[in-house]
Amino acid sequence: MLSYTLRRLLVAVPVVIASTFIVFILVTLSGVPLANLKGRNPPPSAQVIAVEEQRLHLDQPVLQRYWTWITGVVQGDFGPSVRTNVDIGHEIVTRFGVTLRLIAFAVVLALLLAIVVGVVSAVNQYSGLDYGFTFAAFLFLSMPSFWFAVLLKQGGISLNNLVGEPVVYTIGEKSVVVEGGTWAHLVDAGSHLILPTISLALISFGAWSRFQRASMLDVLNSDYVLFARAKGLSRRRVVVKHALRTALIPMATITALDFAALISGAVITETVFQWRGLGDFLVTSVDQRDAYAVLAWLLVVAVAVIVFNLIADLLYALLDPRIRYE
Amino acid sequence: MSEHVDAVTGPAAPTAVSTGVRERSQRELVLRRFLRHKAAVISLVLFVAIVVLAFVGGALWRYDYADITPDASVPPSAEHPFGTDNLGHDTFAQVLRGTQRSIEIALLIAFLAGLFGTLWGAFSGYYRGLTDSVMMRIADLVLTLPLLAVAAVLTRATSGSWWFVALVIAALQWAYVSRVVRGVVLSLREKEYIEASRALGATDRWIIFRHLIPNALGPIIVNITILVAAAILVETALSFLGLGVQPPDTSLGLLVSEADTAVSTRPWLFYFPGAFIVLIALTINFIGDGLRDAFDPTQRKVRA
Repeated sequence: MLSYTLRRLLVAVPVVIASTFIVFILVTLSGVPLANLKGRNPPPSAQVIAVEEQRLHLDQPVLQRYWTWITGVVQGDFGPSVRTNVDIGHEIVTRFGVTLRLIAFAVVLALLLAIVVGVVSAVNQYSGLDYGFTFAAFLFLSMPSFWFAVLLKQGGISLNNLVGEPVVYTIGEKSVVVEGGTWAHLVDAGSHLILPTISLALISFGAWSRFQRASMLDVLNSDYVLFARAKGLSRRRVVVKHALRTALIPMATITALDFAALISGAVITETVFQWRGLGDFLVTSVDQRDAYAVLAWLLVVAVAVIVFNLIADLLYALLDPRIRYE
Repeated sequence: MSEHVDAVTGPAAPTAVSTGVRERSQRELVLRRFLRHKAAVISLVLFVAIVVLAFVGGALWRYDYADITPDASVPPSAEHPFGTDNLGHDTFAQVLRGTQRSIEIALLIAFLAGLFGTLWGAFSGYYRGLTDSVMMRIADLVLTLPLLAVAAVLTRATSGSWWFVALVIAALQWAYVSRVVRGVVLSLREKEYIEASRALGATDRWIIFRHLIPNALGPIIVNITILVAAAILVETALSFLGLGVQPPDTSLGLLVSEADTAVSTRPWLFYFPGAFIVLIALTINFIGDGLRDAFDPTQRKVRA
């Protein structure tokens, strides 16, 4: 298993290099990086532009620029940003933490909901409850995340107006100034988390609950569950102890595999709730044509996705003794 | 799928006719199973109605999406069923126009990604070996590129015309289709009728286009349907971030994004385009579900 893990990680290296290279070429070809500077009025002197070009390595040929960047990354230097006051490496670490907090809570909430709804649906297959849950799952599957997020935000604002003081925050990941100790900070962060977490969780909930239902149905129709029933175990015991445990295995994989989708979802959620996370970082960087910042984003996401895919495969082997990796 | 039908319509056919039972073609069976899925049929009717409303109704409606009427920021009324925005644009006309654009983009994506993904997957699965490895590694690479980031970078660089947005999304989505098709082709290519065809001297191209792709059509169609629903959501999300379709053109995502700040003051600007996105994606998802049941009765989720 250890050699399998190492082999997978080794294979991942060229994939990351290739995908950053493709995006690097795309970003380079897709516009004039100093358009903002050159468009200034009065126009900056040729010397200012030359200095800026040198700072951003724009005086080097494209391939050499990529080489400079990738060798820099290995040494922990993520390259210069178009915005002079931004240190890409430091920025991306801070923002990754913010986004990860959002995703982690959303995953827990989505999983809990999906497992409960999926199992209840499967146990009561073709009942009114099952049809109701199916419709709800399809509805969330078809709901544009940004629309739903704005809807939630609006609901939050209405609730705050109704109560007369802010119960749930609708902007940012934390208050600018928090009075009090650790507890006050936790409460503050928590009430900022509520709406974005719900918004992000319900996007995944639709697909996951369908998946859990299908997986549970598979198990419920298997011989060993029939046998457990036949030997006289209670229905409840069979469902919880025998069926659910097996039906959770594919769920573990799907959750890890969906990590990439969650990061994309977080881009939208962060935009709506004005969090300063990875999503906001990407949108601003694209907007500023900040090539190295976009690359840094891609690098972090690509590595995270590869790690989570690997975790998915390893979890599979760990949970299901029939699967062994050589 | 069809080798099973060949067996039925082959030697068994005369006896079936003589007993007075009419044989059913594969197409008929699929259609009958689809019609049994109530949600899918209702969705199909609704979806066709939306398409007709957007393309025919949009042309007949008394306002054009770019018209500026003297009524600014009026709530829904008989004159303006979906109200107007602060410049006096008729929201109903804009939603119809946005629906047209979003559907056009989604269908173009489905066509391009479906066609390319099918060919890629079929060749990869048929030839196996080194060809397969190289082709699938390329598909994997495309799958690792985060759609939102690449699409954002590329559409930012251009004028953001609707077909370009479609092209970019399709260029990143075909890999999903190719994986599915490859999987199906890998198992189909081992069937006896392929061996028979090869023994009769069929060329590779003949086998791929006459046998493999037609028999993989069920999963392909189902996946393309899901692709259309996903494409609608991706396009609207991009336009919402300001990285998709650009004004003066419009799409449902752009309309929602423009209404983002007006939810509490002029809610109609926000709810109507959003509801159309939900309705379109929902109906397509249900149609896809019905098609899956129809093509693959072994995985049936609806009682026959």
